[in-house]
Amino acid sequence: MVRAVSDARLLARALADPASIVGLDADGWTALLTMARAEQLIGTLAMRLDGLQMPDGVQAILADARAAAEHGRRAALWEAEMARRALSAVDCPVILLKGTAFVAAGLSAGQGRSIGDLDILVPRASLDAVEAALLAAGWEWVKPDPYDDVYYRRWMHELPPLIHRERDRMIDVHHTILPLTARITPDAAALIDGSFTLENGLRTLSPNGMLIHAAAHLFADGDLAGGLRNLWDIRCLIEEFGTDGLDMEAKRHGLSREVSRSLRIIDALFAEGTARGTDRLYIRRITARDGWGRPTRPITRLAFYVRSHWLRMPPAMLARHLWTKWRKA
Amino acid sequence: MRHDFSVRIGPVGFRIGSDWRAPIAELESLYCDYPKPHDGVPDFTVRLFARRPWRRIIRPSVEIGGDYMLPEAAPLPLRQGLLAAEMAMNLQMALGARRYLLLHASAVERDGRALLMTGVSGAGKSTLATLLAAKGWRFMGDEFALLDPATGLIHAFPRLISLKNEAIAAAELAWPDARMGPLMPATPKGDIRHMVPDTRAIAAMDVPATPALLVFPRYGFQAETRSVPPAEAFVRMTQASTNYVAIGEAGFRALTGLIAAVPSVAIDYPDGASAIEQVEALWSAL
Amino acid sequence: MSGTIFRGPLDGGLLIAPLDEFTAVYHRASGITHLLTEPAPQILAVLGEGASSLDGLLERLGRDYDLDDGTREALAARLEELVEAGLIERA
Repeated sequence: MVRAVSDARLLARALADPASIVGLDADGWTALLTMARAEQLIGTLAMRLDGLQMPDGVQAILADARAAAEHGRRAALWEAEMARRALSAVDCPVILLKGTAFVAAGLSAGQGRSIGDLDILVPRASLDAVEAALLAAGWEWVKPDPYDDVYYRRWMHELPPLIHRERDRMIDVHHTILPLTARITPDAAALIDGSFTLENGLRTLSPNGMLIHAAAHLFADGDLAGGLRNLWDIRCLIEEFGTDGLDMEAKRHGLSREVSRSLRIIDALFAEGTARGTDRLYIRRITARDGWGRPTRPITRLAFYVRSHWLRMPPAMLARHLWTKWRKA
Repeated sequence: MRHDFSVRIGPVGFRIGSDWRAPIAELESLYCDYPKPHDGVPDFTVRLFARRPWRRIIRPSVEIGGDYMLPEAAPLPLRQGLLAAEMAMNLQMALGARRYLLLHASAVERDGRALLMTGVSGAGKSTLATLLAAKGWRFMGDEFALLDPATGLIHAFPRLISLKNEAIAAAELAWPDARMGPLMPATPKGDIRHMVPDTRAIAAMDVPATPALLVFPRYGFQAETRSVPPAEAFVRMTQASTNYVAIGEAGFRALTGLIAAVPSVAIDYPDGASAIEQVEALWSAL
Repeated sequence: MSGTIFRGPLDGGLLIAPLDEFTAVYHRASGITHLLTEPAPQILAVLGEGASSLDGLLERLGRDYDLDDGTREALAARLEELVEAGLIERA
């Protein structure tokens, strides 16, 4: 019995097995493209399907998506370059994270990827110097709210968000990869120590480091919105670098559970694996998107949203934080 | 979604999904002579939806969604559903169009050459385009003109003409037989009524034109014409284009090419008749 | 400070479209369009051939572009603006 796929498994299949799009009719293409846009994966889809037989109208839409991704890549690399210039006098390693890292290092995970803000990782001891250098070079605070600021500085894994005055682009400066209030405390120093240096002096995490970061971000930090894109990132990293030494490093950062879960879900979503137990719930959440681009499965989504805050903060703090936010709203 | 409709306007295909029948019925009626998206696959998806299930029926209010969305956008009452659909389609164009440089300008064509009129809301570009079309020019669009970076040609985007306040009466006078949408009083932008472009405009929507004149109209002043220096024209056009930055190099080449090839003229005008006279004079002097 | 070398985009790094007394410049690396007046386009032209110091620029601009009515301070200020705009950097 074959059930018509009406969630983002349609998209997952097209990415994992591009040839499977043969035989899609106009409605099928429309649903696939709309889902891809909603999941920020249309650039990736365009790269994966490049060269395959498809209607002219679809060809043109995907060509546009590729052009958009290329433009995004250029803008992201420029932000990284401007950050490099601003921080050149600060004596500390500057490590690019996420999408910008993938494109800076020319990884397959960067192909067609949509990139948002610039994320960098620096040693905690250098935070003040980094903050000062960025402010001097034209970045400004986004939200001047004292309570949020105190919360951010004490508990979060990053500075409050900064935006560049002229270019209108944001930078997030991290000193570790998970909030300090989370139950898991990765070894930031080890991540920095293991980083690779690019030609221009900026750095990226090691391949295992990038993988572990992506898994941490996906399962231990967020509510799984954008999960499909993050999973695809991880799948690309595995394809390119393999999993040598991954187990040991994940253990070191206390992220074994998250990393193994990622691998199992990738196997189930993008290969022949079968999901069991709570993995199925995660997959339900990750594929909760319909052919009109709407988020579906509201109860599952709510459960993950509440969970994500619970993971970030101890319960007493969570209650107090939500109370304060509610009072101020 | 419960109800839906697809349409192609110039080179751009849309599908509109709605929780209510009414806006879809209006779109079907007004766009009845328009073609469908290429290969049945639209370029953009728009959704008109109720935030909560009961809001579909109780004080129904239409939220706008789609491929591209603005999170703070205020919903509209159901009776302005057609306006919501048009705004949503504009938004997709403004945020998502890549193949063409989007110029915030009206356009009309004669002998294969295009006249572009650009300016802020209220400058009169919609009305002027409508009036010129009534005098024999081919109507190409009232809101967006599409500049192809590869060829330098202008492509038509003849969506429903959005007439506001006094422009409604002026257009009804110039086009007594035109098909019109419902009058929507007191929207956030004043009174609005949509007019369907004439048959010729719809039939010729896929025929591009060479840009020949760029006009910056200003309504409500004594008649006057002045040349606009290239740098000023260039800057005003980048401000008037929502996707200039997004398309990068292609946009730079296309826009500098346009400014170099085509005279830029500012006209002040007291009324429609005067504007038409000034435009015709400029056109013959080309 | 007097020995600072300035570096700009090399050949092909910029698209240049003279308009009137303004020149539109598209910076390929950043995707940003700048509108520049004299002597900025000329500074970029000189640096496009190779890095130069402030004094080197002063000399080249005077010799090749007849721009010698500006002071050293004024040129330093223009260079600072170009650095902030990301068009040139200190080597």
